[in-house]
Amino acid sequence: MSATSKKIIFILSAIALLLLPFLLEDFRVFQVNLVLIYAIAILGLNILTGYGGQISLGHGAFYAVGAYTSAILISQLGMSSYLTIPIAGVVCLVMGVLMGFPALRLAGHYLALATFALAIATPQLLKYKAIEHWTGGVQGIVLEKPTPPFKLVLFGNDLSEDRWLYFVILAIALSLFWMAHNLLSGRVGRAIMAIRDQPTAAAALGVNLTIVKTATFGLSAAYTGVAGALSALAVAYIAPDSFPAFLSISLLVGVVVGGLGSISGAIFGALFIQFVPNVADEISKSAPWAVYGAMLLALAYAAPNGVMGILKTIRKRKQV
Amino acid sequence: MRLKLKRFNIILSSSLLVCASFGLGAQPYDAGATDKEIKIGNTNPYSGPFSAYGSFGKAQAGYFKMINDEGGINGRKINFITVDDGFAPPKTLEQARKLVEQEKVLFFFASLGTAPNSAIHKYMNQKKVPQLFVQTGASKWGDPKNFPWTMGWQPNYISEGKVFAQAILDNQPNAKIALLYQNDDSGKDLLAGIEAGLGAKKDMLVARETYETTDPTVDSQIVKLKASGADVFIHGSGPKFAAQGMKKIAELGWKPTQYVWQVSSSIGGVLAPAGIENTLGLITSAFFKDPSDPQWKDDKAMLEYQEWFKKYMPGSDPTDGFYIQGYINAQTMAHVIKQAGNNLTRENIMKQAANINDLKLSLLLPGVNVQTSPTDFYPIERMQLARFDGKAWVLFGKTYGD
Amino acid sequence: MDSFLLQVTAGLANGGIYAAVGLALVMIHQATHHINFAQGEMATFSTFIAWAMIQAGVPYWVAFVATMVVSFVAGLLIQRIFLKPVEKAPILTNVIVFVGLLVIFNAFAGWIFEHTIKSFPSPFPVEGMFLPQYFSGHQIGSITVTLVVLLSVFCFFRFTPLGLAMRAAAFNPESARLVGIRVSWMLALGWGMAALIGAVAGMMIAPVVFLDPNMMAGILLYGFAAALLGGIDNPWGAVVGGVILGVLENILGAYVIGSDLKLTMALILIVTILIFRPYGLFGKPIFSRV
Repeated sequence: MSATSKKIIFILSAIALLLLPFLLEDFRVFQVNLVLIYAIAILGLNILTGYGGQISLGHGAFYAVGAYTSAILISQLGMSSYLTIPIAGVVCLVMGVLMGFPALRLAGHYLALATFALAIATPQLLKYKAIEHWTGGVQGIVLEKPTPPFKLVLFGNDLSEDRWLYFVILAIALSLFWMAHNLLSGRVGRAIMAIRDQPTAAAALGVNLTIVKTATFGLSAAYTGVAGALSALAVAYIAPDSFPAFLSISLLVGVVVGGLGSISGAIFGALFIQFVPNVADEISKSAPWAVYGAMLLALAYAAPNGVMGILKTIRKRKQV
Repeated sequence: MRLKLKRFNIILSSSLLVCASFGLGAQPYDAGATDKEIKIGNTNPYSGPFSAYGSFGKAQAGYFKMINDEGGINGRKINFITVDDGFAPPKTLEQARKLVEQEKVLFFFASLGTAPNSAIHKYMNQKKVPQLFVQTGASKWGDPKNFPWTMGWQPNYISEGKVFAQAILDNQPNAKIALLYQNDDSGKDLLAGIEAGLGAKKDMLVARETYETTDPTVDSQIVKLKASGADVFIHGSGPKFAAQGMKKIAELGWKPTQYVWQVSSSIGGVLAPAGIENTLGLITSAFFKDPSDPQWKDDKAMLEYQEWFKKYMPGSDPTDGFYIQGYINAQTMAHVIKQAGNNLTRENIMKQAANINDLKLSLLLPGVNVQTSPTDFYPIERMQLARFDGKAWVLFGKTYGD
Repeated sequence: MDSFLLQVTAGLANGGIYAAVGLALVMIHQATHHINFAQGEMATFSTFIAWAMIQAGVPYWVAFVATMVVSFVAGLLIQRIFLKPVEKAPILTNVIVFVGLLVIFNAFAGWIFEHTIKSFPSPFPVEGMFLPQYFSGHQIGSITVTLVVLLSVFCFFRFTPLGLAMRAAAFNPESARLVGIRVSWMLALGWGMAALIGAVAGMMIAPVVFLDPNMMAGILLYGFAAALLGGIDNPWGAVVGGVILGVLENILGAYVIGSDLKLTMALILIVTILIFRPYGLFGKPIFSRV
């Protein structure tokens, strides 16, 4: 592909992304927002699992903490919705680093168990009486969606709350993806992957395992925490039931579907976990999750390296 | 003078009629209503840890199917669109928005669960879409001042708690009460009701324990509650855990007076697995007829229900009390739709729902009715206590509630 | 004091449940080096099959054995059909297959058998044969069954050539093939046996917790924790782990933290233990060459 055609594609995609919300109905924009949010969360998990090789079955916990941080700051302290997002990210970063320390000692299945325990414990903790005053307990917290700062009408659709939120989320998603790309294709990324593939050799070559591993955990948690905070704004309601153990499993499914160790794969993973359950529901009313399971299996066989794996194979074949 | 007025009236009304027929629309319809069809939206957890409650939605779908087979309501078929939300509030919101904005349903009916309904509470009222007969016993749905488009249906758990408290005060004024309750909205409402009902004698409630749906057994909680020395036990737990609790209490040789809330009072679904011999003397509050209760075996309404069940719910478990509740709720809805006649605007649907006058449905207990008004958004408030005698729920005492 | 003992014995009984599931997980890990997340749902489905047979009038022990056989064959077939294609794929792809199977079994159980709880009969007498004020007959019986399964698994892997072949196939498939072991069939056999153990666990658990499609949802985590606590390759470890977990959880819930956080506390404790003994209480560390 020549440089100019790449540039043209880039400009066209940028325009398409900017116009997209005005071409869709409000509730479709809401769904697109959810896809973008899941993509950020999946990217976070991918940093830890795909690049870092550490399995986490508990990323739903970071998602929940991010969401609750944002919601509590807004509802109890009246903070601006936008400000709560980076704060949620920082809170989860700290939490992730703290989790990273015990994770140093655990590997493979043991880490999977520990993180899964976290996923299951999260709804319990959120309902705990002692912090009910902050978290709203089982009732949850009701929020207001941020209001668009100006009026705009395109293609007969006005800049509604959902459409405004789309731009906010898109901006955040693009910056986070760009940041991840830079980080992971540089020295840091190589250190992370070295630890995944040959930890003993990496340590022997001077990579500080402790710092890199805990930092990876922290970064991964921060990304997913930001996604959680955005989800609180998009849905405008959170409750312990919004973060079941299955959420953590879905995020992992998203990582594998998209392709481990791939940044752009996160979008495909997000599309899968957002829309396939709906599609399955259309196909079979009586056992929709059986259809979902079947599609998971089909994907595992047809694309063991995820969607990105398939795209890579296609590209390789084209080159030959 | 009078003649002139009369003529004026005739001219006025006939001109209005002419105007009306000139394309202001022959019938007042909102989105989702046509001459032939009414679209209704609904969410239920058909998957996930709460999938047991999906029975409500299945029964409602079956009921509307029967209605359609019999010709519909006022000549219109009911298109009951029900979707799975897995009891996850974000999913409920997504599905609700899809149903309202894309499928363009006329209103929402019997969506299940407190948290799921909380997620769409504000949205429904903002969009002015009726969120009717919400299928949960939480008390927050009867607030017409702040949420004029939302209405509950069944007797709420706070009322039930109060009734239990009243019964205990009447019969065992010196009792020590132990409570096992679900760690969610419903359970907490029951607890609040019990405490409110006990009033000044609140510390009769000597012990309370919760459980999570992921707990394999509640044995540990029961042991702990027994250690409190209580002689009255209230099961505010889901069907599976109530059955486990009743069994464990018997195994421990403990014989408190046991109450169980309506949610887990099915003879076939809860008492039988727990062991009939372990559940003699159990007291519950009831507002409808239990299909596994032999005292209604020859009851006309129950026989009709069983026939419907055989035809429209083949292969399903007839002892599941959720089916019949969903059915009665659907009957309530059908009544409202009928009352609305040909004025199928959302406003009128809401108006009809808020003006149900002493509706007696034959599957409700004889003393229980459905009654609403613009200030009373609690359709069913009455319930009666019943005691299990080894075969049936024997009603006793007065009918509580207004 | 009495209450304390009751909590401990209730914990022991629960621990037996966790141990039973943990054993199935140990079996599958010994044979394939994977943790099968679908184990719980498969066990539930097997128990439903047994239930259906008993409802149809089949005597208990006949249904019991028949279910064991059916589950064994099913486990074998599942490995052949669904897991062989991803044998060479990355671990996480296998995890996806497990998740897919989990979801499918759960959906089918709900569709075919509905969600109302079903009581499942116990073959043991109601009164405990031993310490009847603390243990019911079924609890004694199921603990016995668990111990029998444990001994069988242990002896199988330790003393039989087939068991040795299975372990070799999981540890080093290439070398195993070189000595003539049919690795693929070892994996299938492992799955079959794990499914069998899972079915036994399910049939022992159902009389206590009642049978419904989500019966194993919470228990799987406990079984997983029990197996890991004891050391994932050690069947004794799974039983000890299960007992510790059951008792710990009940004591914590009754005396320390309250029922609403007891699972969380128990899991925190397990993670703490794992930090100090990363291969479980009885596990052996694995050394790898660079």
